Amino acid sequence: MLKKSHYIILIFVVLLVLLLLQLPGETMGKLKLAISGLFLPLFGLSSSTHQWLGEAKDALIPRRELLRQIDQLRLDNQQLQLRLQQDAQLSNENSRLRAEVGWERQTRWRVVLARVIAREPANWWRSLEIDRGLRDGLRTNLAVLTTNGLVGRVQSVGQTRSQVVLLGDPNLRVAAVIGGSADGETGIIAANASALQEEGMVDLDLLSGANLVRPGQSVATWGAGGVFPAGIPIGKIVDTRPKEFGLSTEARVKLAANLGALEEVWVMLP
Amino acid sequence: MSWRPTIFVLAAAFLAVFLQASLGFFRNLLGAQLDVLPALMVYTALTLGFTTIVLLALCGGLWFDSLSLNPLGASVLPLLLIGLVIYRSRDLLMREHLPAQLILGAAAGAVQPLGTLFILLNAHSRPSLGWVSLWYWLVMAAGSAAVTPVCFLFFDRLRRALEYQLVTQNSFRPDREIKRGRS
Repeated sequence: MLKKSHYIILIFVVLLVLLLLQLPGETMGKLKLAISGLFLPLFGLSSSTHQWLGEAKDALIPRRELLRQIDQLRLDNQQLQLRLQQDAQLSNENSRLRAEVGWERQTRWRVVLARVIAREPANWWRSLEIDRGLRDGLRTNLAVLTTNGLVGRVQSVGQTRSQVVLLGDPNLRVAAVIGGSADGETGIIAANASALQEEGMVDLDLLSGANLVRPGQSVATWGAGGVFPAGIPIGKIVDTRPKEFGLSTEARVKLAANLGALEEVWVMLP
Repeated sequence: MSWRPTIFVLAAAFLAVFLQASLGFFRNLLGAQLDVLPALMVYTALTLGFTTIVLLALCGGLWFDSLSLNPLGASVLPLLLIGLVIYRSRDLLMREHLPAQLILGAAAGAVQPLGTLFILLNAHSRPSLGWVSLWYWLVMAAGSAAVTPVCFLFFDRLRRALEYQLVTQNSFRPDREIKRGRS
């Protein structure tokens, strides 16, 4: 049923695929972003529809409710202003003390808001696409977070879009510290069985192997490795279990950010 | 050869990949995302020509991989394999029958992720795999089985609506008509 010309086409396609699979990571990332650029009109249409629906929904909110919300926001704003003033004083004091001790000066987080435009279509990866790219100052390996905690890391960057690999994906490992203090128990957040079985759950392989952690303790980024700055909340310990005949310990961590319902994320700029 | 069916199928694949990436309904409901490309490939292989099969595998696979963490091209060969196997034996398959469509859809939906995973593991990628992956696999196979008859229904109606209908041969010949009675 297949003609000679068909076999030639098939050989060409197979060779093309093999060539694509052998491409270096950076080139492949750029090529993927170029191809996925074809979807931009549809993403734009989807975004406009989403925005229009949101505006239509907002128009239905009664004026009384809006005024109540404005009053509440005003109050929250004043409280945050006061807290900011206090934080500025603490920050100055902290900087002065660090300079006296000779420690490295801490810098403030610079963040940019990004909207989630697409999610991973395959079931064996955890990733999403955001509507910010090189044009907005993004580059690879930047931390991505929500106000609740860490979400993931920028994997590849295009001119106007970027691909983010999420916590729970095998391509993302994060050095974490329990309790938030630098001298706490440390470990590596990795994608294991928990990430697959339950959404929003990851495993923490404890480096020391000592079972000193307790359920409910908070987990934050450690800062080792240079990708994630220290102190970004990751989640809370749910339970622990011995591994490798009790030689090491593994903890399950419930992520602070809800990865299944991400609409907007913050990207931490260098 | 008319290019219109090919364009329709490619447009449907493009839209399907976009919807898979932007809609989380099935993922939230079933825990796994459905893949429509195998169902489209079953329709294409049973209805259209070799060129359309190759184009659907190449374009559909590349579009899918471009929005995924899959290495580019990982989904192309499994789709092509499904298309060619069905194409080679399409004279023996009853494309009009619903059970045949369901079984072929389920088989394609089951083979596609297995083929892609085989390529991923050989390309030294480390996808998330565990016992729950079996559930994902079943959902994908069942989803593909459910979508395949819809593809047949939709595209067949589209073709009937937009293409010239074949002129049916009538065995009646006026010159051979037997006229009864007195004339």
